[in-house]
Amino acid sequence: MAKVFIFPATSLILSDMVERWGHEALGAATGIRERIQTPSLDSPPLQMTPEDPKKGLKYAAVEVPCGVRGRMAIYGPLIEEADAAIIINDADLSFGCMGCARTNELVMFMVRQQKGLPLLDIKYPETEDEGVAFVTQIKEFLAGLEGEINE
Amino acid sequence: MNEHPVRIAQISCGPEHSGVQKEIYDAAEAVNAEMFFPDVTLTDIRRSYDAFGLEARSGDLKLAIARAMALVEQKVEADAVFIATCFRCAEAATVRNELRRYIHEHSDLPVVSYSFTERTTSGTLLTRMEALTTIARRRALLAREKQNGTTMGIDSGSATTKAVVMQDNEIIGTGWLPSTEVMNSANGVIEAALKEAGLEMTDIEAIGTTGYGRYLVGEKLGVDLIQEELTVNSKGAVYLADRQHGEATVIDIGGMDNKAISVQDGIPGVFTMGGICAGASGRFLELTAQRIGVDITELGPIAMKGNSNVVPMNSYCIVFGTQSLVNALAKGSSKEDVAAAACRSVAEQVFEQQLQEVDIKEPVIMVGGTSLIEGLVHEMGELLQTKILVPHHSQYIGSVGSALLASGFIEEK
Repeated sequence: MAKVFIFPATSLILSDMVERWGHEALGAATGIRERIQTPSLDSPPLQMTPEDPKKGLKYAAVEVPCGVRGRMAIYGPLIEEADAAIIINDADLSFGCMGCARTNELVMFMVRQQKGLPLLDIKYPETEDEGVAFVTQIKEFLAGLEGEINE
Repeated sequence: MNEHPVRIAQISCGPEHSGVQKEIYDAAEAVNAEMFFPDVTLTDIRRSYDAFGLEARSGDLKLAIARAMALVEQKVEADAVFIATCFRCAEAATVRNELRRYIHEHSDLPVVSYSFTERTTSGTLLTRMEALTTIARRRALLAREKQNGTTMGIDSGSATTKAVVMQDNEIIGTGWLPSTEVMNSANGVIEAALKEAGLEMTDIEAIGTTGYGRYLVGEKLGVDLIQEELTVNSKGAVYLADRQHGEATVIDIGGMDNKAISVQDGIPGVFTMGGICAGASGRFLELTAQRIGVDITELGPIAMKGNSNVVPMNSYCIVFGTQSLVNALAKGSSKEDVAAAACRSVAEQVFEQQLQEVDIKEPVIMVGGTSLIEGLVHEMGELLQTKILVPHHSQYIGSVGSALLASGFIEEK
């Protein structure tokens, strides 16, 4: 079973596909769930604290807006932890949306920079035929992961 | 408090991920307001995004546009609007500014916009939230155009403390002191104002307080009205300038921060408060006066004799501003030119950092202690290409606004 970072990280559909085909999806739910289960966080139900944008300094410089750095504090460690990744470009809002375009740019760049990380980098489908091909590509990528990771 | 909480619609991008959402909630709760997020659907987002026509790429900014349109189209009810985005995000700044303008032009909802960092605290937001709730909750009080009876207003500011005594729509006593220990300064100005008015404290029928020390002074004296300076100064400005009806813009360059307020019939519509650094405030002018060896009261007339264009000065940061100041003097620039350049620089910082966030509507009224520095008023007028009004007693603006509004409480007693 591989840990697969998904983009958009909030996509429940993509997360479900990864889990259904036998892997662990690393997305927003993983990052946020991790936070509210951490005992040291003392401001529930708000999971983020002003410390998070500071942690995000590992991934983005101080002149980068705090919202980007706060998001990177969630997604940066997930990308580092991932065995593989799937990026869906230009996804519809209903498929999963990550709020901040600047974070999207940085997350996608960081994923693409990970040397040796198996990556499926595809476009969101616009027609039914493209939809079928889209699901097939994801399925084949996920099926091939075991062998690729074991090699 | 028995009043219903004021419902403030939050239109934002990034506060949760910056860890400051709790600070926003805390600031609202402190003034008996509640934040809420206007409810919109994915269909609304698509429709609004196309209809608004601003091509934002961030999902949360698309959502912000849909929420703003839902408010303007009255699909969602609110008493006020708080627009907040991350500091240093160009895309968000564009959207924030356009939404602020759109809501202001198409509704009568009071709006404040703010760009936050992870260091933003509820204390920073408190005055803005208080102003929003005052405008929503106390429209009747803010509509007051005449001062009745005998009232006192005390402005406990960051740099100076002021008091006025008013009687039957006239200012009959004033007091002014540099702010030191809050209550000592307040007691000093109260004594001076009462002495000039020839009255005793027992003659005062109602008292209002404003400024940074308003809560402490208000609680110690048991006053009738404790009110932030945004609404009070707006009211005081249009009252003293005799521009109580129609549009106006109020600029108050303070000792610690600056306020720019777009006013309609004496009630603030859009306002900004802040300043990146003391280089954009009266502090830099104080420093300039010290450096060229004159009293702050002499700086204005000296600046009027100088030429601001011959000395390069940028007080975006007070340290850089001071460097420019020192360099200019070292190169032999005259104190008149340096004083004029300092006034120009402060005016430019306020123009660039704050006046872009409100729509300038004439007349432009400058108030507060810095409005007495004629070089600064001149430079601001040059930048805005308008003649700026400085009403009489402009340095007492907060006290006058407080005394005026406090008279609304006499009838209740």
